[in-house]
Amino acid sequence: MANKRVATELKKPFRLKGEGMFIFLCLLPALLFVAVFTYYPLLRGVVMSFQNYTLFDLLNIHFIGLDNFAGVVTSPDFPRVAMNSFFWVVCSLFFQLLFGLVLALLMRRRFRGRGLYQAFVFFPWAMSGFLIGLIWRWMFNAQFGVINDLLLKTGIIDAPIPFLADGKWAMAAVIMANIWYGVAFFAIMILAALQSIPEELYEAAAMDGAGRFQQLWSVTLPYILPTMLVTILLRVIWILNFPDIIYSMTSGGPAGSTHIFATFMIEKVIFGQDYGQASAIGVIIVLILLLFTVFYVKATRVEKGGDF
Amino acid sequence: MERDNVWWKTGRVVVLGGFLAFAIFPLYWIVITSLKGQQEIFALPIRYWPEKTTFLNYIEIFRISHFQVYIWNSFLVSLVASAVVVMIAMLGGYVLARFSFRGKRQVMLGFLITQMIPMFIGMAPLYVMMSRMHILNSLASLMLVYTVMLIPFCTIIMSGFFQRIPTALEEAAMMDGCSRFSALFRVIVPIMLPGIAATFIFAFVQCWNELIMAVLFIDEESVKTIPVAMNAFIKKYDIEWGAMSAATVLSVIPTMLLFAFCQKYLVEGLTQGAVKG
Repeated sequence: MANKRVATELKKPFRLKGEGMFIFLCLLPALLFVAVFTYYPLLRGVVMSFQNYTLFDLLNIHFIGLDNFAGVVTSPDFPRVAMNSFFWVVCSLFFQLLFGLVLALLMRRRFRGRGLYQAFVFFPWAMSGFLIGLIWRWMFNAQFGVINDLLLKTGIIDAPIPFLADGKWAMAAVIMANIWYGVAFFAIMILAALQSIPEELYEAAAMDGAGRFQQLWSVTLPYILPTMLVTILLRVIWILNFPDIIYSMTSGGPAGSTHIFATFMIEKVIFGQDYGQASAIGVIIVLILLLFTVFYVKATRVEKGGDF
Repeated sequence: MERDNVWWKTGRVVVLGGFLAFAIFPLYWIVITSLKGQQEIFALPIRYWPEKTTFLNYIEIFRISHFQVYIWNSFLVSLVASAVVVMIAMLGGYVLARFSFRGKRQVMLGFLITQMIPMFIGMAPLYVMMSRMHILNSLASLMLVYTVMLIPFCTIIMSGFFQRIPTALEEAAMMDGCSRFSALFRVIVPIMLPGIAATFIFAFVQCWNELIMAVLFIDEESVKTIPVAMNAFIKKYDIEWGAMSAATVLSVIPTMLLFAFCQKYLVEGLTQGAVKG
């Protein structure tokens, strides 16, 4: 907030001769790259979703209307993929937000070694989803995995659980790995927001006799709400589109029990070579996200919170 | 703020400690696994500390695969892509931070939308484009795709950094006869170095970690990046956990070092550029 005000004060636009050309030239490379290699493939992908585009039959590509969509939606896997995607997003998001919030609140006040602590706690965010999947896959191993061992030792379970071989547990396992990865992002965002709360607000609240929880409820949370809302929106989009962890942990298995839209789509491309159906799944993802974003923005008025 | 009593203090330490354990345990476990011999990895009961520390797993991955080649490829791709991204994002970010002009909102919106829409939907057409350009199975395809993927976000971060530098600096330089361009490079860029470094490192880490595009575009041994090669390990050996954990440790070291070095700037940049709360 404070920074934003400073920024607008510093930013005195000034005009000079030949400035338009300078602006144009500076933006040209970025715009060109994004237009050619992001927007063009995007539009092309939308078109493809209406064509029978498979690598086996490249000479016979033509429009087939909604057949790809029908094929995807009526496939026996579809209801489960949709449910899985829902659980994947909601559970991951809930725990990432909860843990991230608690962590940020606890880290707000300085303590000795906070810099180092921060580096350690936040590092999972710098790891690749693929490696995260591998590490957790090893830890969840039914026979030699450390998680079973710890659970057995502490007496929580009395027989090892085949986490990744059992459909019910596999989803929980991939979500667990995703929580591990994503807590840092929420913590970072919320911590930054917390640090911009003026101390006077707390002083005033304390003067009015507000206790610790009242301060949290009536000062802290309202203040960081806009940041949280924007972060949630970004995360929903990223989590839904993030196949790496699942891809390396279970590849969607066992028997499709951890497939989400994104992994389902990759399977169509890499194993099925069916670009038409893969694109149809992509379009479905975009539609879901657009719908979600519109409702979310309407319901939370997130656009007031910040222009991100 | 209220005074902390003993309960609050202890509770805080316990929860913070719990988070720390949760965050670092998986890393500890993979490092420990990588230092165990084949028998110890599959020994029951599970050992939390290797009885005989060995570096055989590390030697093995260089012997059975071309791990040094993969490291080099990953390094090259990440370096070139992030350098190009930083150049392009710097110019774009500067203009977005300093000028108001027609279409600016649309440009910003266009960049932001790329963050909302999954890259996957363009995945197949991109594949076809790469194949028409005859750069499939080459590092160039990855350099190109990564550059494109990172431009919007890095441009936004960069513009956040520029906004914090007073315009008076380049105005003074231009009074003294600098062109805008040389004012940018001689006066602003030196001040911006921490921000530029953070953006570069962010881009580098993203490239270093990317798997899906790489798996899609790269098939040939000599141009595989680390994630692609490790992905292939999985099928070939039905996961050789010793070698795999050694490879994991090796491929994590650079990103961890970079992250530890730059996270402070990155956090600032992210909160400035991406979400102005």
